[in-house]
Amino acid sequence: MSVASVTPRGPKPGRLTLGRFGLYAFLISAALFFSVPLYVMIVTSLKTMPEIRAGGIFSLPQGLDLSAWKTAWSGACAGTECAGVQAGFWNSVRITLPAVAISVLVGAVNGYALSFWRPRGGTLMFGLLMAGALVPYQVFLYPLVRWFATGHLYNSLPGIVLVHILFGLPLVTLLFRNYFVTIPEELFKASRLDGAGFWRIFAEIMLPMSVPMLVVAAMMQFTGIWNDFLLGLVFAGRENLPMTVQLNNIVNTTTGERLYNVNMAATILTALVPLVIYFVSGRWFVRGIAAGAVKG
Amino acid sequence: MQSAVSVKDLKIAYGSTVVLQNINLEIAPREFLVLLGASGCGKSTLLNAIAGLTDIADGEVWIEGRNVTWAEPKDRGIGMVFQSYALYPRMSVRKNLGFGLRVAGLPKAEIAARANRAAEMLHLTPLLDRRPAELSGGQRQRVAIGRALVRQVDVFLFDEPLSNLDAKLRNELRVEIKKLHQDLGNTMIYVTHDQVEAMTLADRIAIMKDGVIQQLAAPAEIYHRPANLFVAGFIGAPAMNFIEGQIVARGAGHAFVAGGLDLDLAGYQGAPLPGPATLGFRPEHLMPEAGGGPAIEGTVSVVEPMGADTVVWFSHEGQSHSLRLMGDTGLRPRDPLRAGIDITRANLFGADGTRL
Repeated sequence: MSVASVTPRGPKPGRLTLGRFGLYAFLISAALFFSVPLYVMIVTSLKTMPEIRAGGIFSLPQGLDLSAWKTAWSGACAGTECAGVQAGFWNSVRITLPAVAISVLVGAVNGYALSFWRPRGGTLMFGLLMAGALVPYQVFLYPLVRWFATGHLYNSLPGIVLVHILFGLPLVTLLFRNYFVTIPEELFKASRLDGAGFWRIFAEIMLPMSVPMLVVAAMMQFTGIWNDFLLGLVFAGRENLPMTVQLNNIVNTTTGERLYNVNMAATILTALVPLVIYFVSGRWFVRGIAAGAVKG
Repeated sequence: MQSAVSVKDLKIAYGSTVVLQNINLEIAPREFLVLLGASGCGKSTLLNAIAGLTDIADGEVWIEGRNVTWAEPKDRGIGMVFQSYALYPRMSVRKNLGFGLRVAGLPKAEIAARANRAAEMLHLTPLLDRRPAELSGGQRQRVAIGRALVRQVDVFLFDEPLSNLDAKLRNELRVEIKKLHQDLGNTMIYVTHDQVEAMTLADRIAIMKDGVIQQLAAPAEIYHRPANLFVAGFIGAPAMNFIEGQIVARGAGHAFVAGGLDLDLAGYQGAPLPGPATLGFRPEHLMPEAGGGPAIEGTVSVVEPMGADTVVWFSHEGQSHSLRLMGDTGLRPRDPLRAGIDITRANLFGADGTRL
């Protein structure tokens, strides 16, 4: 049958072209690239040490042995302390929650004020904030340590929370400013005519409209702060070391043989919280990222 | 009588760019004033200045006998309706209507009563619990009008309220706004670039260009006796026809001469002066197949039947002009045409563009 005898009608038939094939090949290999290490970590954490010594890192565990997870959570040794990552977990929670909440709220107020109220010098302030965001952390470390030490904030929970808020603000402010400039100014004018002031417009009009942005900002801040190592190491002090620092201490503490299964379990535990958050709120995340392109 | 709104020597500048200067307006109580102009002429800026939403560089704004130049928008006794509706997206229609009253601290029963009354006037009662996203454009704009209504203010400001609507809804809502004005008797200031809205709604129209009010007068006056060439060309569709020529003294009176056209100006409503001038006449003021009177001759180029009337385009000495006839016509392209000019309804503009 010749091609010409087919009358084009209805949906165009799809065909597997070379380009399509290449696209799928790339996507599959990219998916493998990221999922294979995760697979290895999970199976290793479920194996016993003799099994691990036997080699075959891709092989499935013979039985479901959760003892490594238990050790990682509450018994693994970091230096002389053998309390697992659980203390670090709670420290991280105590650091992350207030730091995320405060930085997102303050950033939202900043963005709102910059885009609607246009304070004198607002542009300059925004420029400085952006410049601040571009300077590497390391430059700030020593001055901040000295400054915090004078204010008795160094090595304390409020200290590390404050550090995270400060370093998070530029990005969150930028996010919210860019989000709020897409909201028609007439909405702001209408609420002013209705007599609402700075805080009422923010709380009752603008904040309810920016739920997707709040989610995005909170997630970015949460993962950023949860995964932070450097600032936690420098500013938190021995009592408040976050989970990442504690994980590092556990993995690097070797007394006798390296407990790969415990290390893997501890690592997964540390990464678990951001991972769960991404899975749960991925839909919101995409919506918030795209919010700039879509009307209210 | 005291003005409802008066603007005195208003100047607005962004940095060194002056947008408005020496604006003076006196708006009478219950008057419907339309600010008309192309985009960028400063009409919305002027409205925002009256509302207190734009910083002004100089001048005063008075509303109902109070100097409100430094007053907050909410304290000016105004309600405003915006082009983009500007409804609060996360609130129901009822809450949108009541928000301003809630901010003002009114009792709940009073808020509900006012919202219900406004909803009734604007046929929004069945929609009170919907969100703005669930409304059509026309319904949204009615909610926006309602939001101004519940505040029971003396002065309403409209900033291109119908520009986002399709043609049919625009006509409907235009009539509703006019009815509302007749029923309420508020002072209304209405910004638009649509001359039909301006002509149909206004008691007086202020035509603006480049931050300057070109003419402030009743619609009929603006239509029939435009103050200058800009106003003459801006108002009317199809636009007024223009012929450039000379006014010469003849006997006791004057005549307008341009090419083969020689018009005696005896019946002209104005004060012609000898010198270069532009003759303007509206398409409907041409009379086809005039008898022996002064007439222009040309050839038909395009015929546009519109149903109620027909616009005939013809060329005369290399220039295109239009002629409006009631109903249909037998004229076809390339037909010869002879149309008489009614000099009593024509306009003459001097070399500087102002009406003679």
